[in-house]
Amino acid sequence: MAEGSAFAPTLFPMTNSTVLRLNGLSKRFGPVVANDDVSLTLAKGEVLALLGENGAGKTTLMNMLFGHYLPDAGSVEVADENGVLQSLPLGHPQAALAAGVGMVHQHFALAENINALDNITLGSEPLLALRRNRQAARSKIEGIIERSGLKAPLNTPVGRLSVGERQRVEILKALYRDARILVLDEPTAVLTPQEADTLFENIKAMTREGLSVIFISHKLREVLAFSDRIAVLRHGRKVGEMATADADEKAIARMMVGADTPKVARTEMAPGGPVLNLTEVSVAGRSKRDTLKGVDLTVRAHEILGIAGISGNGQSALANVISGLAAPSAGHVQVDGIEVAKPSPAAMVKAGIGRIPEDRHHEGIVGAMSVAENMVIERLDDPEVQSRGLLRRDAIRDNAERLTQAYDVRGPGVAASSRLLSGGNIQKLILARVFERAPRLILANQPTRGLDMGAAAEVGRRLLEARERGAGVVLISEDLDEILGLADRIMVIRDGNLVEAGSHDREKIGLMMAGEPA
Amino acid sequence: MIRIEPRENPSRAFAVGIPILSAVISLALAAIPLLAAGANPITAYGEMIRGVFGSVFALSEMLTRATPLIFTGLAAALAFRAKLWNIGAEGQLYLGAMAVVAIGSGYLDAPGFVLLPLIILLGAGAGAAGMMAPTYLKVRFGADEVVTTLLLNFIILIFLQMMLEGPLQDPMGLGWPQSAPVLDQGMLPPLMERMRVHSGLIIALVLAGIAQFMLARSVWGFKLRAVGENAAAARHAGINVNRSLFGVAAISGALAGLAGVSEVAGLKGYLTSDLSPGFGYTGIVVAMLAGLSPVGVVVAALFIASVFVGADSMSRAMGVSSFLADLVVSMSLLCVLVGGFLAKYRILRTKEVAS
Repeated sequence: MAEGSAFAPTLFPMTNSTVLRLNGLSKRFGPVVANDDVSLTLAKGEVLALLGENGAGKTTLMNMLFGHYLPDAGSVEVADENGVLQSLPLGHPQAALAAGVGMVHQHFALAENINALDNITLGSEPLLALRRNRQAARSKIEGIIERSGLKAPLNTPVGRLSVGERQRVEILKALYRDARILVLDEPTAVLTPQEADTLFENIKAMTREGLSVIFISHKLREVLAFSDRIAVLRHGRKVGEMATADADEKAIARMMVGADTPKVARTEMAPGGPVLNLTEVSVAGRSKRDTLKGVDLTVRAHEILGIAGISGNGQSALANVISGLAAPSAGHVQVDGIEVAKPSPAAMVKAGIGRIPEDRHHEGIVGAMSVAENMVIERLDDPEVQSRGLLRRDAIRDNAERLTQAYDVRGPGVAASSRLLSGGNIQKLILARVFERAPRLILANQPTRGLDMGAAAEVGRRLLEARERGAGVVLISEDLDEILGLADRIMVIRDGNLVEAGSHDREKIGLMMAGEPA
Repeated sequence: MIRIEPRENPSRAFAVGIPILSAVISLALAAIPLLAAGANPITAYGEMIRGVFGSVFALSEMLTRATPLIFTGLAAALAFRAKLWNIGAEGQLYLGAMAVVAIGSGYLDAPGFVLLPLIILLGAGAGAAGMMAPTYLKVRFGADEVVTTLLLNFIILIFLQMMLEGPLQDPMGLGWPQSAPVLDQGMLPPLMERMRVHSGLIIALVLAGIAQFMLARSVWGFKLRAVGENAAAARHAGINVNRSLFGVAAISGALAGLAGVSEVAGLKGYLTSDLSPGFGYTGIVVAMLAGLSPVGVVVAALFIASVFVGADSMSRAMGVSSFLADLVVSMSLLCVLVGGFLAKYRILRTKEVAS
């Protein structure tokens, strides 16, 4: 291809032709349907916003386009240089690149110690070339920069560039490889508002030259401001598609969070006294997801408090404080009115908090140890489990036999490694471990993520049961339906702040999650 | 594409058969250099077996060689179970050995029932201290213990040379860099008349038994396994991960220190800077061969000691270069390690995803 022709108008005259078509893509992971019959088209020079909550299937869909996953059904067509749609071989990461589809991930893949120019050309040169034609590469890149406005210092090591500049380098990398279609995964997640505006101006400039763009986002404001068309994914299905000109914020918010009826029946119940009090609790984290900014929170007995929010807004920090993994940098934590002086996981367990961790494989179980051992791992001091430092193996086995019965944990037996269990059964193992100790407070962090309907309903039933018994529950979830169905009271977490939602109004909560004034 | 995944529930016959098969393959492979050197492999292997099992003396030599390997093998196995990569057993061995001659070569002239336990405790303590320091650096600053423990080995060895030409030097030693001999009542008693095998072996075997029991049956062992297999889950469950690491660091270092005690107070009687021909490093191989099981360490140490002693004796009897013995040792170790890996993991050829 001629130099500097990434999206030169001469080569790709503006027409309204389709450049990308996804036909009925479906992907299942075990029992989880990540994408169900999703079809999309993208026209030349168009900006398509792909909206949806976390777990809605946006990333899976793009991973199929890029050949990282092989779809169970469906096909992908990409226009060739002459604008004729060609079927794309699936499951081959190189095929999408070769067909002119470039992706810029949320997390950049740049080598920090070499300069932007080399980062851009890296990997697109023949492995065994004797010398590199750096001058040709440089002039091609400079041509792209001039037409797109994507300014980036080419001679500076990437490690010294700002986040916005790094992102421009990533985009330049895709354009350098003659991308005609660009996919941006949450491009503004790491940018300041000013940088974001500049980015979208650049995108506009590029689309005028014939580039087509898909950008993944859950920020309504920028979607409405900068896209031509909006497609909304929810629970793996495309639930709506409209021209941005016809869209209004409320309709999109409703589409994103859905309008299903709650699945688990919840009866009203008068709450009791407070079991958990957070007062002005801050956590100084290294990233947004690990940061809390002076939050107040009270959970009472007989109450499920739902924490709604888009992932990465401080949920991890909140969960870590309640489970004892993170010490607050300021503020007070009280369980049953008693200040937790030195927070640690052991102290929180002792104070009567049952924890259902977000990542059940990573934090919930020790996969190489047996089901029976995992059942008692939180109470190794208990005389029922040990006497004088030696494990009471019969008691541990009997305990596990009883709990696997009571909680319907299915697998190859209590002596088998817990990693042999399915995700749903691992969660049941954790439920058994937590609920068996009749905790005063339960922290359930994304308790149904990745579970099938049956297992998810079981989790909901157990949480309601604990509430009836008198426990307080903190339910952190990115699935608003789950929170609406289970929670007595809802708070929204955004950017490390917690605010009372005040109602079960789906639209209002959806807007609060997205950071829009309600 | 090749994918490696753990075998779930490998059969008993499989678990036992693979190591034996790999030992046989290693012998077949080792025949090649033997033939090249002009030796008859059958005779050579006969000499090897005779060199280990042919006489009480041969057996005693093999057990003497296995003793420090059991200690260092246990040191590696326990630490590795907690994913604490103690590569410093060699240095900790010398710390233990230095403690022995510092106290036992006349500094304290006490009766044996006082001196011997003291020597053992101090030797273990010195080894433990040698592992606690890198563990502190790991826990506090995130310093990679593979690097720190490995490099400490060289520091300790140079420190040893300094001590052997300074405070620990034998005043009667005509200037040789060696320590004064350990007092007679401070020596570990031999197990047989006129044989070198000594009661350090008994200590090693008892400790292996205790380690096996504690690992499987105690709360301490439970925590250790949990920390090693999934530290995040252990921490989430309320297990004090750092305390577990310090605990196993102390025990691992102490076991390596005991290897030094056993070599000085059980075998040599004095300390030189060539006390260990790499027992600390060989202990890592022993531990890996044993699948990090304490009882397995005993078996693996006996196997490796047999190969060492047998190959040595073979090269002497056959008149082939002693390098050939090292070659035989290395090949059999590689074969058994690969075999052990294949017994635990399966290698799958995955098809490229269809287009």
